[in-house]
Amino acid sequence: MNSNISLAFQACRREKRPALITYTVAGDNTKNNSLKILNKISKYADILELGFPHNTPIADGGQIQGSSHRALKKGIKLKDVFQIVKKFKKKNPAKPLILMGYYNVIYQSGENNFLKDCSLSGVDGLIIVDLPYPENHEFAKKCKKKSINFIQLLSPTTSKERMKKIIRDSHDMIYYISMLSTTGGKLKISPKEILKNYNKIKRINPKKNLVIGFGITDKTISALKSANGLVVGSLLCKTIANSLKMGQNPVTKLDKVVYNLKKKIL
Amino acid sequence: MSLKIRRNIPLIDQHDKNFMYGGKFGGNFIPETLKKPLDDLTKLFAKLRKDKKFLKERDLYFKDYVGSPTPFIKLENLTDYLGGAQVYAKVVSEANGGAHKIYGATVHCLIAKKAGKKYIIGDTGAGYAGKMLSMAAKKFGLKCKIFMGAKDIKRQRPNVEAIKKNGAEIVPVTTGSQTLVDAVSECMRYWVSNCDTTHMCVGSTVGPNIFIKICAWSTAQISRELIVQVKEEFGKIPNKLKLINCVGGGSSAAGFWNEFINTSAEFIGVEAGGPKNSKLHAAPLTFGSKIGILHGAAQYVIQDKEGQIGSTESISAGLDYPGISPLHCFLKDSKRASYTSASDEEALEAYKLVSRLENISPSLEPSHAFAEAIKLAPKLKPFEVIIVNSCGDSLKDKDIIKQKLGSYVR
Ligand SMILES: Cc1ncc(COP(=O)(O)O)c(C=O)c1O
Repeated sequence: MNSNISLAFQACRREKRPALITYTVAGDNTKNNSLKILNKISKYADILELGFPHNTPIADGGQIQGSSHRALKKGIKLKDVFQIVKKFKKKNPAKPLILMGYYNVIYQSGENNFLKDCSLSGVDGLIIVDLPYPENHEFAKKCKKKSINFIQLLSPTTSKERMKKIIRDSHDMIYYISMLSTTGGKLKISPKEILKNYNKIKRINPKKNLVIGFGITDKTISALKSANGLVVGSLLCKTIANSLKMGQNPVTKLDKVVYNLKKKIL
Repeated sequence: MSLKIRRNIPLIDQHDKNFMYGGKFGGNFIPETLKKPLDDLTKLFAKLRKDKKFLKERDLYFKDYVGSPTPFIKLENLTDYLGGAQVYAKVVSEANGGAHKIYGATVHCLIAKKAGKKYIIGDTGAGYAGKMLSMAAKKFGLKCKIFMGAKDIKRQRPNVEAIKKNGAEIVPVTTGSQTLVDAVSECMRYWVSNCDTTHMCVGSTVGPNIFIKICAWSTAQISRELIVQVKEEFGKIPNKLKLINCVGGGSSAAGFWNEFINTSAEFIGVEAGGPKNSKLHAAPLTFGSKIGILHGAAQYVIQDKEGQIGSTESISAGLDYPGISPLHCFLKDSKRASYTSASDEEALEAYKLVSRLENISPSLEPSHAFAEAIKLAPKLKPFEVIIVNSCGDSLKDKDIIKQKLGSYVR
């Protein structure tokens, strides 16, 4: 059976456009608002990534750190994250939702427990920032058994040999990190350069859905639209931070920003 | 179940193929981007530590630049005062720069040169790791950036001044608790973005496996010297010998104990217990914290049920860290070492007593170790020997001491 994630990619392929993938943090700036945000932006986004916050992130830039901080300050707990997912999936059962975060949260919950909660709430996939290949091999297998996509990451530092192995071990989606950076860095290399690397990876296995993330904004997204999917995160976190600063409603603001992003890749 | 230390294998090499000590501590929980730089560094270090020329170079720098051996002295007055075991100190604070952090800093700069890197970065809490890295970087012609929590910048002025004077850039870290834990995170994040041009030095035996190894391999110089000095002093290794060391991340303790692993010497690690009436502390081993992942490695770490890293409190910036080296988790669970803690107040008292009676004046970190020695010595017999690693000098803490005690005497 095809996963929601592969179905989403298939639909985008038919429309000859990349999948728009958003990243927001559960509980930013409140539990309710983050659910409302998901409901709103799912009109335009093809796949939603939802961060479960950690207070010692070693690969996130300032914007996502800020989002996580706001969520944690409001007391978000893992059970709240699953509540948000559950409520969202009840309304939007076919829309793929991917949880993203750091391994310690899973470790404390217990891998099996965590995966059970994922299944019960309807999580479609997982991105674990600090559980690289091959250390993730066993956990990825567990995910597969539960029909949860484990999403492998590739980076500009990943050797070709390693890429081949990772791609062989991958499920329905692979995430290519565009440049040497934490999340939210400025694009250090041109979209053209990124696509050149991207296409090299695609050639290893053209059938795999390969998405690009890190540093993508409304300014750069259209130049990258030949990819299978594009992830925008820090821009959204920044939008929430700015709207809070200006006393505006983050939900309506995000709705607009994501609508705009979508327009740029059609 | 108790873990086993295998004989004839160096402590740092006791890990399995996943780089885990005792199957559960350490590892490399890192973003994909760092896999290759860590792999490269691992290979380079494996080669260098077998390279006779490199070892000769290291030894020469340890001798002429760091100053080797550091003194091993009997604390006659303290021994008389306590009236029990004989108390000695290994005065590592006599090393160039004033603390054991010089060993790791020197080795990291040597490695950075071999790797062809022009930039070097590092974290610091007490400011010693930063001071030493900036010193060594200057000597080796590397451009240096030091990440330091804003709270620590305020409380460790003298070392901050030294870092600046050495021409390094200090990056104040204003996230989280603004202490060492945040400095390490920020330094690692910077490395994720700049690993192609920049070498990273982790200031203690924490972080991804290779950093634990390089750090402990470097500080092992302390016990290489000490074991010779002990044999000279006593004719052999005393049957009843206790080696007491403070532990923050655990680099000085690992180096102090390394050569004694296969002897009968008893190892006691002293963590920061925090203020007497506070719930906060920095003593994950003493107070039974659970295993979690911090800075890329599995270890006992102060955290909540959800895996969020917990707040800590200690008068000593160098010990104010929620985690502890996987090496020490391994030593604890294999029962080779035992761990306890000293409170802020006990450390201050120990600083006062040692500074009053002796010619040395330990900083607040080793004062935690002295506090334990002061507790133990009166209960022991005169043929028993305690050695404390005096790995830092109180000068860097003069502001805190003045504020707490009204005056500062060295
Ligand atoms: C003098 C001194 N002792 C001890 C420590 C604690 O670190 P470690 O446990 O790695 O030796 C520090 C750290 O900054 C220090 O400066």
